[in-house]
Amino acid sequence: MNQSRSFLIKSATLADGTGVDLSIINGKVDQISDRLESNESFDEVLDASEFLLLPGFVDLHTHLREPGRESTETVLTGSQAAARGGFTAITAMANTNPVADTAGVVEQVARLGREAGICDVFSIGAVSVGLRGETLAEMSAMAHSAAQVRIFSDDGNCVSDPLLMRRALEYVKSFDGIIAQHAQEPALTQGAQMNEGSVSSLLGLKGWPAIAEESIIARDILMANYLGSRLHICHLSTAGGVELVRWAKANGMKVTAEVTPHHLLLTDELAKSFDPIYKVNPPLRQMSDVLALRGGLADGTIDIVATDHAPHSMEDKECEWNAASFGMLGLETAFGVVVESMINTSHMDWNRLVEVMSKKPAQIAGYTNHGEIAVGQSANLVLVDPKARWRVNRFASASRSINTPFHGMELTGQVRHTFFNGIHVVSNGELTGHSYEESL
Amino acid sequence: MQEKGMNRHLLSTKDLTPATIIEILDTARELGRITDGGMKKLPTLRGRTVVNLFFEDSTRTRLSFEAAAKRLSADVINFSAKGSSVSKGEGLKDTAQTLEAMGADLIVLRHGASGAAQRLADSGWVDAAIVNAGDGTHEHPTQALLDAYTIRSHFPECANDFSALNIGIVGDILHSRVARSNVFLLKALGAKVTLIAPPTLLPIGFESWPVNVSYHLDSVLGSLDAIMMLRIQSERMSELFFPSEREYARDFGLGNLRLKELKARAIIMHPGPMNRGMEISAASADSPRSVILDQVSNGILIRMAVLYLLLGGNPVPVEGVLV
Repeated sequence: MNQSRSFLIKSATLADGTGVDLSIINGKVDQISDRLESNESFDEVLDASEFLLLPGFVDLHTHLREPGRESTETVLTGSQAAARGGFTAITAMANTNPVADTAGVVEQVARLGREAGICDVFSIGAVSVGLRGETLAEMSAMAHSAAQVRIFSDDGNCVSDPLLMRRALEYVKSFDGIIAQHAQEPALTQGAQMNEGSVSSLLGLKGWPAIAEESIIARDILMANYLGSRLHICHLSTAGGVELVRWAKANGMKVTAEVTPHHLLLTDELAKSFDPIYKVNPPLRQMSDVLALRGGLADGTIDIVATDHAPHSMEDKECEWNAASFGMLGLETAFGVVVESMINTSHMDWNRLVEVMSKKPAQIAGYTNHGEIAVGQSANLVLVDPKARWRVNRFASASRSINTPFHGMELTGQVRHTFFNGIHVVSNGELTGHSYEESL
Repeated sequence: MQEKGMNRHLLSTKDLTPATIIEILDTARELGRITDGGMKKLPTLRGRTVVNLFFEDSTRTRLSFEAAAKRLSADVINFSAKGSSVSKGEGLKDTAQTLEAMGADLIVLRHGASGAAQRLADSGWVDAAIVNAGDGTHEHPTQALLDAYTIRSHFPECANDFSALNIGIVGDILHSRVARSNVFLLKALGAKVTLIAPPTLLPIGFESWPVNVSYHLDSVLGSLDAIMMLRIQSERMSELFFPSEREYARDFGLGNLRLKELKARAIIMHPGPMNRGMEISAASADSPRSVILDQVSNGILIRMAVLYLLLGGNPVPVEGVLV
């Protein structure tokens, strides 16, 4: 019985630099103290003197591909990748097949997540039936289902019709829902392949202008403010978008925003290889955008990091750029990329990293068992080696897919141990095979 | 050919150094001299197999490569992927590997997707040399080479240095692989290049290109030594790039009145196929200044030179043919 296993984590350092010992008993954080006596009542004692102890990471933007494309990812393999990446909660996007636009589908994903038992798997419901942008999906039914959906998104597609967006923003107020918008004006991005700019012009790839993203962000910020609704901007990718969100917040408007790890590190120069491993939606932008995103994440304009983990088959990437699918893996590299792009560049400290990867996403989505380390709380924790340098190997991934743009890249900061509800799901960077489900 | 760009493949003119370009142009001239001298077919590439892999229709380009390969005695396999079992998004890897298994030493690739040739060259899917015969709206390097060859033969005093020449490229720059390849190749030779188009047909970010830009054909017409008219496709109208064919022709077409404004020695070029009456009038196309048919015949020489230089690492020794 795993859940009954008790742990003593010795000599860890918290994000604020405090040295602590922490004990886990019955899945909960039992004691936190500057010194806890190691004794035989603990099943395992972990020397964490080289490690930072952080609340488990929380992802609000994960593509799990089940149901529909289980050959590229399942709820189980996605959960495994998440745990290896230090995540104790992930949130499955709605663009599965069938689409998560009914209570049945979101409950199925939630059940598969519980059965996997490696992290919490929450569901995002679709805004519109079939993500088609025509009629509203039964969001209330999803909200009141066993899956308790709070976030709704047509991600992959933009809710571009202003009337549909208005109705969706209004409708979800009754159950404190959030509309997570994939900001992309479709008329300005027909057939678009990469960021529009000097690189796209050089390569002859159809450009994806920043204004296609920014015009929707501007519209929706104003609309959400007018309606008093909760709006979340998915994967912000442009400097102009950061400015719009900054302006909205300065004027007291209710909006939250996320940035992906890849938009914090990579630029559209990579498209010069014509290797579609770098093809993603929204596209990789220019260095000036990357720097604006880092600044925005550091100063609180951008609330959280979200992976937009998007597994794709080899077949969908091993082809010419235009024919390839949009998307890249993110769960297992998120922490290292954030350290590389934000900590190593002195944009932020470990406290802020905890805010953007754990605390704030848990708050936005209402995941009360996540996002903090406190006595009596579920032990959703991660131990990271902040100094470890490691090389990303796409073949050493728990994911069913290998489409990471970071393959071969050296990153700083490695996840060593992950505890989910007190279960030691990742030990020394490897999956232990233990799950919360089997412990029940 | 140890320099970057034509080392193994010909994918883009951006990769070509001036020395490499001159080597290709000189080789083409030499091949022209030999074939003009009565030797219509050279045994240089006997036993080598050139595959024309065309995912997009282009009869002219395919025929030109085919003629070039045959004049060098290569075996030629033509594969038109359009309309065959190859459908959207599949087939580049499999088709190329299949053709290589049939003995292809060099693949001439025409593809609707920008970057397809580079993708094939970099992927490791095949060992064959790759020649980009047009990839989407990216590049068409042999077209730019044949254009440079044509310009050089009309301005022999410029030899290896085009810095005295003003060259205008007129029309749909945004969607033109011919324009992209020409911009970088002509620049490498030192020419002054001006792009002339309505703002809707100029790519965002062209400011970083080594060119001048004008929205007004008439204001630059009289300064040009060569004017390249690009084909304008009528579907661009439905895509809202310009209001009507008439308005486009009025502002950017090389009509009979503009013909008179050209410099005394200026030449008129067009990569074909032409829309007579749209971007170019019949009188302009057929005028003594037009070198459009020279471009076609020079295209064969250029493609012979490219095939020879790429496959000639260990050429079948033929005494006295080429040094």
